Amino acid sequence: MALDLNAPPPPRRQRKVRWLRVYSWLLIGYLTVPIAAMVIYSFNQVEGGIPQVSFTWNGFTTKWYQQWSEIPGLTDSFWLSIRLALAATAIATVLGTLLALALVRYSPRQFKGKGLIDQTLFMNIAAPEIVMGASLLGLFASLHFARGFVTLLLSHAVFSIAYVTVTVRARLTGFDGRLEEAAGDLGAKPLTTFWLVTLPLITPGVMAGALMAFALSLDDFVASNFVSGSQLPFPVWVYGATRIGIPPQVFVFGTFIFLFGLGCAVLSVVLARRQPTHGRVSTGL
Amino acid sequence: MVRLVANMLQRSSGPAETQTGNVVLQRVTKQFADHLAVDDLSLEIVAGEFLSLLGPSGCGKTTTLRMLGGFETPTSGTIYFGGQDVTDLPPHKRDVNTVFQSYALFPHLSVADNIAFGLRRKGQSKTEARAKVTDMLDLVDLAGLADRRPAALSGGQQQRVALARALVNQPTLLLLDEPMSALDAKLRKHMQIELKRIQQEVGITFLYVTHDQEEAMTMSDRIVVMQQGRIEDLGTPRSIYEHPGTAFVATFLGASNLMAVTALQHSGDLATISLGGGQHVSVDASALPPGVLAGDLSVGVRPEKISISAEGAAISPASNVLTGQVRVATFTGVGNQYLVATDAGGEFTVYAQNLGDAAAPRTGERVQLTWPIAHTFVVRSPKLSEESEATL
Repeated sequence: MALDLNAPPPPRRQRKVRWLRVYSWLLIGYLTVPIAAMVIYSFNQVEGGIPQVSFTWNGFTTKWYQQWSEIPGLTDSFWLSIRLALAATAIATVLGTLLALALVRYSPRQFKGKGLIDQTLFMNIAAPEIVMGASLLGLFASLHFARGFVTLLLSHAVFSIAYVTVTVRARLTGFDGRLEEAAGDLGAKPLTTFWLVTLPLITPGVMAGALMAFALSLDDFVASNFVSGSQLPFPVWVYGATRIGIPPQVFVFGTFIFLFGLGCAVLSVVLARRQPTHGRVSTGL
Repeated sequence: MVRLVANMLQRSSGPAETQTGNVVLQRVTKQFADHLAVDDLSLEIVAGEFLSLLGPSGCGKTTTLRMLGGFETPTSGTIYFGGQDVTDLPPHKRDVNTVFQSYALFPHLSVADNIAFGLRRKGQSKTEARAKVTDMLDLVDLAGLADRRPAALSGGQQQRVALARALVNQPTLLLLDEPMSALDAKLRKHMQIELKRIQQEVGITFLYVTHDQEEAMTMSDRIVVMQQGRIEDLGTPRSIYEHPGTAFVATFLGASNLMAVTALQHSGDLATISLGGGQHVSVDASALPPGVLAGDLSVGVRPEKISISAEGAAISPASNVLTGQVRVATFTGVGNQYLVATDAGGEFTVYAQNLGDAAAPRTGERVQLTWPIAHTFVVRSPKLSEESEATL
């Protein structure tokens, strides 16, 4: 039988991936329910006595948002956590980025301790935090080092450096070394090359590392609980409050932090969209 | 090699000597952990010339370029720019610019910022730099693309930005590391002519590294053929094509028919060379490498220099003749290509231009191959030429 080569092709059925959709929505639900509950119950009325969160719906109110700073200990601990996270991020980002540069740039022959540092980084990430917290506490105590902001900062910076290094290193691995050679070729001194070429190109990795350090510091409980002394960061304060009841403002702060994170995520998507790989950009020379 | 010495003499007596911008590599060696990349190489690059380093991959040509750029330090030897020893100077202190194989354009900067990068590092103001960038964009035919990012350009455009970025600094020496390897064949042809035009226009010394012999021939004033970290041959494209110094050059640069010499007899200005099967060819006595035994020599001729005709046809004077039988005859459009089994043993490749002759020889026919004595060259036999000292 002769085939009619000019016959219109029969429509082909697209394979449906129905279960993938169901799975995706279930997963999204599972991941967002705890956050949704927190946001919703931050608008919940509380009946009688000392206000504390309850998961019985008593009616809508924005009272906790109006009185967000009414609990002095909570507000202080929140700002302490923010200051701590910013400082720890700054330290961990600078040290972690420089370490990543050294690890990628130099061969084991040029960089004697390279293998040891690699192992140390891995150990730092893999070690249970409870071990690190207890060890830090012992260390500070035996050195008679007063616990407070400095001990918190040192601890947070320590566990963040490895994450920054790993993130920046991933970005650097795809980095074309010829770009630095080209900058040198065009008369840029090594430090100029770093500021004008290397750093701008690894900035996404550095930013990702910094965000991770910030998040790790902001919600750290285990190590902070050991080394906080009288200075209570937000998670440690909230944990302490569970014994007498969590004030509704905790959910308000929780919502703030969530919205801040969401804002960062949206911003990064918008920036990534605007980053033109095609088309024109306006630059002064 | 006689001709290498001749080349040097020609250069030192020419106008080049008065130039102060010559770049000299003196007995430069680069030893990497596992291999010797450049082996005692000496070379003088004349100011204003277009010089190509040509050779197969791994011959040391890119390492030589990288030492000139300051990206590698020689294990031994000295590099001079206009008399100044620059061997240990880092790239940013050298008056050299490079067009990288991958272009290495800064992806986060616009075309204009890429080109202005070198000028800004020399402390020129934005306004000064901008004027030069505009001129440079005109030169490389990219006006109007100043604000684009490199990723928004085609390969050919990127290549021209890389060229502009290097040229705008008006270096003593411009290094080009296989800059056309990423372009398609048609664009490459166009860029070869374009590059030659630009080089003549700006008058800067170009050192062009390539493994493409046709590219080297099209653009270069002189070509350095490299193999295994050494210079095999050096000269104008015509001189090294017509009279290759070694068997390697004869086969790497275009094609050659080479045959082992069994005996050699001088007779005045000519030397008679005996081949296998009782066949003889003649060669200019001056073309013989001195002090080499006949048994170590090969005689050669380029395939396009040979006329092919039916056996017994009239022979023009001052020609060499070999007889043989056509093994394979192929039609390539612009011509016919033959593989002929000669009576001297060995096979000859012959290119005959398509002049519309109907009586082209066919497979199996007896033919005679003739070519002018002047187009016959003699080189050391391949297996020995590797050991020969081709150093300057």
